[in-house]
Amino acid sequence: MSKSPNVSSAPLSAVEGIKTCSRGLRGSLVASLANPVTGAIADDDTQLIKFHGSYQQDDRDIREERRQQKLEPAFSFMIRTRLPGGVATPQQWLALDAITREFGNGTLKLTTRQAFQVHGVVKRHLRDTFMAMNRVAIDCIAACGDVNRNVMAGINPTQSAVHAEIHAYARGLSEHLLPHTRAYHEIWLDGEKLVGEVGEAEPLYGATYLPRKFKAAIVLPPHNDVDIYTQDLGFIAIVEDGGLMGFNLTAGGGLGATHGESATFPRLANSIGYLPKERLNEVAAAVMTTQRDFGDRTNRKHARLKYTIQDRGVAWFKEELFRRLGGPLAAPKPFSFTTRGDRFGWETGEDGRLHLTLRVPGGRIVDGPAAKWMAGLRAYAELGLGELRLTPNQNLQLANIAESEKSKVDALVAQYGLGIHEAATPVALDAIACVALPTCALAMAEAERYIMDFSARVDALLTNHGLDRERVSVRITGCPNGCARPYVAEIGLVGKAPGRYNLMLGADALGTRLNTLYRENLDETAILSALDPLIAGWAAGRRAGETFGDWTVRNGVVVPPAVEA
Amino acid sequence: MSQNPIPAAMPLDPEALAALDHLAARLGPAGLWWAAGYLAGLAQAGGAAAGAVAATGTAAEAGVLVLTASQTGNARRLGEKLREALAAAGHTVKVVGAADVNAKQLVAARTLFAVASTQGEGEPPDEARGLWELLAGRKAPKFADTGFAVFGLGDSSYPLFCEAGKFLDERFAMLGAQRLLDRIDADVEYADEAEAWIAAAVAAVPAPAVRAVAPAAFSFASAAVRDADKDHPREVGILAVQRIVARQADRAVVHYELAAGEGFAYEPGDSLGVWPLNPTAVVARVVAHLPGAALDAPVVRGKHERPLGKWLGEQLEITRLARPFLEAQAERSGAAELAAVLDKSPAGTARLQAFVATANVADVLERFPVQAGREWTAGELLAALRPLAPRLYSIASSRAAVGEEVHLTIASVDNGAASGHLWQRGTAASGNSVRAYLERNTHFRLPADASQDVIMIGPGTGVAPFRAFVQERGETGATGRNWLFFGARHFDTEFLYQLEWQQALKDGRLNRLDLAFSRDQAQKIYVQDRVRERATDLWSWLQGGASLYVCGDATRMAPDVHTALRDVAQQQGGLDAEAAEAWLTELAATKRYLRDVY
Repeated sequence: MSKSPNVSSAPLSAVEGIKTCSRGLRGSLVASLANPVTGAIADDDTQLIKFHGSYQQDDRDIREERRQQKLEPAFSFMIRTRLPGGVATPQQWLALDAITREFGNGTLKLTTRQAFQVHGVVKRHLRDTFMAMNRVAIDCIAACGDVNRNVMAGINPTQSAVHAEIHAYARGLSEHLLPHTRAYHEIWLDGEKLVGEVGEAEPLYGATYLPRKFKAAIVLPPHNDVDIYTQDLGFIAIVEDGGLMGFNLTAGGGLGATHGESATFPRLANSIGYLPKERLNEVAAAVMTTQRDFGDRTNRKHARLKYTIQDRGVAWFKEELFRRLGGPLAAPKPFSFTTRGDRFGWETGEDGRLHLTLRVPGGRIVDGPAAKWMAGLRAYAELGLGELRLTPNQNLQLANIAESEKSKVDALVAQYGLGIHEAATPVALDAIACVALPTCALAMAEAERYIMDFSARVDALLTNHGLDRERVSVRITGCPNGCARPYVAEIGLVGKAPGRYNLMLGADALGTRLNTLYRENLDETAILSALDPLIAGWAAGRRAGETFGDWTVRNGVVVPPAVEA
Repeated sequence: MSQNPIPAAMPLDPEALAALDHLAARLGPAGLWWAAGYLAGLAQAGGAAAGAVAATGTAAEAGVLVLTASQTGNARRLGEKLREALAAAGHTVKVVGAADVNAKQLVAARTLFAVASTQGEGEPPDEARGLWELLAGRKAPKFADTGFAVFGLGDSSYPLFCEAGKFLDERFAMLGAQRLLDRIDADVEYADEAEAWIAAAVAAVPAPAVRAVAPAAFSFASAAVRDADKDHPREVGILAVQRIVARQADRAVVHYELAAGEGFAYEPGDSLGVWPLNPTAVVARVVAHLPGAALDAPVVRGKHERPLGKWLGEQLEITRLARPFLEAQAERSGAAELAAVLDKSPAGTARLQAFVATANVADVLERFPVQAGREWTAGELLAALRPLAPRLYSIASSRAAVGEEVHLTIASVDNGAASGHLWQRGTAASGNSVRAYLERNTHFRLPADASQDVIMIGPGTGVAPFRAFVQERGETGATGRNWLFFGARHFDTEFLYQLEWQQALKDGRLNRLDLAFSRDQAQKIYVQDRVRERATDLWSWLQGGASLYVCGDATRMAPDVHTALRDVAQQQGGLDAEAAEAWLTELAATKRYLRDVY
């Protein structure tokens, strides 16, 4: 295997050509927006608009009906914000609430990467939407596309000081890795300037940006809420005597795969070394530019950092990275993870401030028959208290609230039916789903619209076998691309066709071991039939504290993939 | 018509003969066969220009057609490989995606290869859904001498494996095509099978026969056949009924396709007359107001005696209101509100228009009941009603594009007899036909000179004849440019024939499309506003000889567009109001400003 960059003789992928000719991600977006004949944008622009935080989608529920009506698909756009560490002010919340009611489908999606998504914005309202976000200092730059995406940061409300510091690092890293093109401002904001703007050249990215998306996160042990090993670039905070000292670096995680292509696979990150906290941006940039120079630009299904490291070896990667850093990193420091899911209800931080974590099923903020999330959170934000934190598990934390305000918040939660966590089972509390149908173009099966039904079925199985309110992580995605991190779930469903999923088993409960394909292409009945004897076996034969995932591996139900040292 | 000279022993002069020899030497065996057919077609057509043949694509259609139904591009790429292999073997071959293929192309192909992938639970790719409907439906084409072979792509981990390929293979055979090769059901790893199939496919293509390639693709019933006219309507079958506004639209617009062969040799611009039947529910409500009356009781009106049900169902207007009935009902009911509607002042006229647009005979009988002792007898009521009139609809298709069909674009009106009748007949389980006839509209014709530009202004269902115009000019290879102004209330729901206009723009059959969606923004925008915005280009097209057509609403749209056109002439031509009006009058006199408004 060659060690020099980009020497493959295969032709570059088509998207590389689009990036090269895009004039700093501008493409023909302005002309596409002005074309009144279609609600879509030009094909090439659908690639470029991702770099601006938006995907073109259509309502797949009515695609066929509209074709018969001789109408084009009901095109609309999903807009994803950049929100490092998932922290929003009440004022920003109110703005997003108003935006989705005026321009979107009236709901908000909290993503598994701690960002907001507004769905259903039609082309003629795109600019207005971006401008309304900009008025509350929210942008969508690099929220999608072949760039560093929204930087995640763990939510640990009890360690207030360290959380604040980590969040500052997440924000700083997001800024440091931001593309420099002015295209976003020109196209969406009429050239309006944003604070902190810099020039046009792309010192970190170059003209063609990265070969593929790039995901970074910071985690604060012992709580692995960000699933640090699924990230391209991970920083594990090392705290000594209550103070943040530095980070263990991880690299090469990633979950996307393609059905039927064995050369694509989910992969957990390798542990690379330790760095003092001041070097975080420098080390992050070195990892990213290594991938920029060595990542596969000929095949987008083989273009993530995980394949670069898998193909060339961890030793090669360390050597290249340390060369760029001018010397090796120290050995990783010890730490341990004990939990992954969110902790719900009220918690008190070291500084005495209060935090209320609410369970938001599917991450969807919508006014349902019971829980009125839109109305309730609007009423909460109007109080102007503290901040709202989006957790890495699609939930919401009302954070930084004074003791004196607690009863007011409790009253709102009760009034709008938002206290789902008070009665829900652990399975229902931890379950995660991506958006999938009807808007996601990649979805092959339902996910968000199915997750709560399915988790209730799993709970019923547990109850049947005397494991009432036992904790098992359940995650569903509508396609193999991994948005809900299904490959580190104890029960992972990966969509193959409407109503059919691959059943993945054998991950641990902390996100340190991948699951494995157990049965392919099952409908719900078959999934439950497959799970029933396994849960029975677990109930009968589990060791003290043994999780379902660990039991399946110990009993050879699945054999997890070998891990490179 | 050009002369048809009898060939002498050697019709070519030495120079032409040398040129032909030179060309023949370069063609190769397959090329020679193809050229023989091509030249025979030209001869039969009386020596039509080669350019015209090439422009219609007819020559290519008679060769090998490679049809691809692709979701992710695999089927499309395999189709391209097959094309390369066939072309290398000297065949004339064309690759077409399932979204773009039509019945004519399919049956015209001498050899048809299809590569189809399967999605999810045995479904075809999105682009192929229309084709699937065509092949499974009432309008499925019949193959005469087409050979075919199908390569299916699939994933055997799904229960319904390669279903799309199986469907095509079965349908082609059932529709009369001859299977040249057994179908291949290929799994995720298909490269080797594909290679072998391509080789077999190339070997299976027969040498091109001498086949006349006539530039005119269709022949129609002889012109001697008399038109179906108002007094001699014919039963025409309803082939397709399709709502063409989105589900959120608050008023329906329906696209109809009728089988109209003999007696319907229409031209773009013509209308179809439909004899409606009144809705039985409305008939029943009217009869309820005739004490002692029964549907089958004979009643005399004028010189005829018919059962009451037949009079009300087929002979007289009960869904459209007219003054004689309203005046009689006002008198019998003594209702002041009804009398006010009949007031002949300008304000009263406006009230009457609004009233008749929303009510029918049964509504009036119910809302303004007669006084005791003033009840209608059946004979009195029939005498007060007007004879049923046929409804006229601008035809939305060109025979050059759709063959022996008539397409209509109809906004359905509550209580509307004809639109309701069409909808009911079109969606019934059986008896899908209506009585119809051809209404010539000789004043609304495309320019005789096909190189002239046309400008078409047709908001709402006024766009119907322009669909026919664009089809006709596309099929006949007219070289003039086409510019359409369309308007509706909402882009998302009421952009009639959106997909067809997009395709026409892509193909160059439509050169410009300006849109006005009145309610998509705070300030209402109508087609006349777009006309003013485009003043410079409009003036330039008109100065260059373009013909201008307006179709649709006569009460507001047409006068507003007229005013906008006068403004354009004043602004661009430096004319005063009077001169601008005179210019428009002159344009109309020379048949370059034509209106079909109602």
